[in-house]
Amino acid sequence: MSIHVRDVSKAFGSFRALDRVSLDVPDGALLALLGPSGSGKTTLLRVIAGLEHPDAGTITEDGADVTERHARSRGVGFVFQHYALFRHMTVFENVAFGLRIRHVPRPEVTRRVEELLRLVRLEGLGGRRPAQLSGGQRQRVALARALAIRPRILLLDEPFGALDAKVRVELRQWLRRLHDEIGMTSVFVTHDQEEAFELADEVVVMNHGRIEQRGTPAEVFDRPATPFVMDFLGTVNLFHGRVENGRAFWHGIPIPVDGSDGTDARPRPARVYLRPHELDISRTASPSGAESSLAAEVVRVAPAGSVTRVACRPCGADADVQVDLPAERARDLGLRPGEMVRVTPRTARVFPVDHDYVI
Amino acid sequence: MIALAHDTHRPPADAPGARPLPPRRRRRAVLPGFGLSAAITSLVVTTLVILPLAVLVLRAASLGPAGFAAAAWTPRARAAYAVSLSAAGIAAAVSSLLGLVVAWVLARIDAPGGRILDALVDVPLALPTAVAGLVYSALYVKTGWLGQWLVPLGIHGAYSFLGIVLVLVFVSLPFAVRVVQPVIESLDRETEEAARILGAGRSQTFFRVVLPALLPAVVTGFALSLARALGEYGSVVFISGNMPFRTEIAPVLIVARLEEFAYAEATAIAVVLLGLSVSLLVTVNALQQRLAANSQ
Repeated sequence: MSIHVRDVSKAFGSFRALDRVSLDVPDGALLALLGPSGSGKTTLLRVIAGLEHPDAGTITEDGADVTERHARSRGVGFVFQHYALFRHMTVFENVAFGLRIRHVPRPEVTRRVEELLRLVRLEGLGGRRPAQLSGGQRQRVALARALAIRPRILLLDEPFGALDAKVRVELRQWLRRLHDEIGMTSVFVTHDQEEAFELADEVVVMNHGRIEQRGTPAEVFDRPATPFVMDFLGTVNLFHGRVENGRAFWHGIPIPVDGSDGTDARPRPARVYLRPHELDISRTASPSGAESSLAAEVVRVAPAGSVTRVACRPCGADADVQVDLPAERARDLGLRPGEMVRVTPRTARVFPVDHDYVI
Repeated sequence: MIALAHDTHRPPADAPGARPLPPRRRRRAVLPGFGLSAAITSLVVTTLVILPLAVLVLRAASLGPAGFAAAAWTPRARAAYAVSLSAAGIAAAVSSLLGLVVAWVLARIDAPGGRILDALVDVPLALPTAVAGLVYSALYVKTGWLGQWLVPLGIHGAYSFLGIVLVLVFVSLPFAVRVVQPVIESLDRETEEAARILGAGRSQTFFRVVLPALLPAVVTGFALSLARALGEYGSVVFISGNMPFRTEIAPVLIVARLEEFAYAEATAIAVVLLGLSVSLLVTVNALQQRLAANSQ
């Protein structure tokens, strides 16, 4: 079922949680709402669910306006961050709740609940109470309960937020398979970019009640539309420099600017963003000449799994540059703190200083 | 006697998610002086509760079995037990229901008046109950503010069984409210939203999701109210009229015996009242424990 959000605004007192947000979710998509806390992502999810009524704007599902329809009659599945299970009921009764409310015949309820418990791999635990389950199991009960009413839209609010890292990764992959098998439209909220990128077809980055960018994980990561998105997605090195003829100048060395057509010849001040993995380190200047690399002193070398994080201090600069080298390359170089090296930027993203930028 | 703990977040030790405990060693208590505290507790319980009760039972025993029955099981005494138990039972039930409503409003209200309302709930605890009895009877007699309208309708709020129930509700309501209120405050609103989104209407959400979570606390409130109402004397003596076989409660009968200097007879009645009260409270408490275990 497709969802269309049109110019939705929602304020809590003087706090604008959503500011004229529009969003289309195509049928069958798995979409992530990504943003820091207070960015409005949960409010947007709750508005789509019907748990919050928007101050302005409309929500349509498959072309039908559901803005005024209560959560109760929207037939969406919702998974809460803290599970919100019914503690006095068994796992079976929790999952059966939506069916009992709909007066589904008893044998049908039993059949459906058992099928769902198998789906979420909790068969045999129907007689337990939520307190007797682990966090990951409780979250799967919450999911089975939401799926029991056969929703065509599944909404998940930070579904893995309260779980430990290992369980989180397992559940994530499992949810992706589940989504593909059932073929519903899913939207989930997260502040974890790794989770969003791994799970979602498309990522919607939100900040201050607005949508900053929407796109596939690759699009959002490689071509951030705003400085906020650039900053929010992973570590960046930020410098104030200038841009001229499609090239940014950083400590006097030119860097090709991604996405620039090079026609804007007027020099202007700009913010230059360099991702740590888009920098390279070598012991000698590259053949193309010393002008494309920068002399710097190695400050710290920290192996972190597949990459090695190296902090360098360019000569005369007062801030470190963060460089992520592939572990193998770092091993070959054998860098030690105090050494002088050459740092070469491969590409950079530049946003003009006057860009409306708030975090 | 009455478990006040509604700690529904505590996971059982055998939950699959619980980490295995390290081998049990003698652990030092976090709070110092546990041994001393335990000694003080035993001393307090002994001198304040057990000792007086022992004296009571011994005094009554001095009558011998036949004398005991003659003193404590007369028709008038049996009628007094019945009035005591039924009035206290009805009052505790009314208090529990009203307490649930009042606690709900106090827990969810978000207005400046809420604070005042909240403070007013405790007034019956501070007011001498004799004053309550006098005020209630003044209100409900034929010439009183409420009585002038109610008595012509056949509703006698003073010098009647109804009057006893009224004052017992007054003195027991704070207990019913205060036990339920924190549990309502701790209710997870997401749970109600989850029920709504699964298709439950307001009343279905209340009866299937909210009420079962509150029930253990409501039953605890009932037990406390019942205990309070069974022991109440001061207010009842002024409103009930103390008519033997009709509106005479057991504590009033005990005082009547004392005024006749029949001390042993008075204690015999007290022992029966005590026995009835304790067995009633134990039953309610067992019910509460079962409910609490179910909602874990």
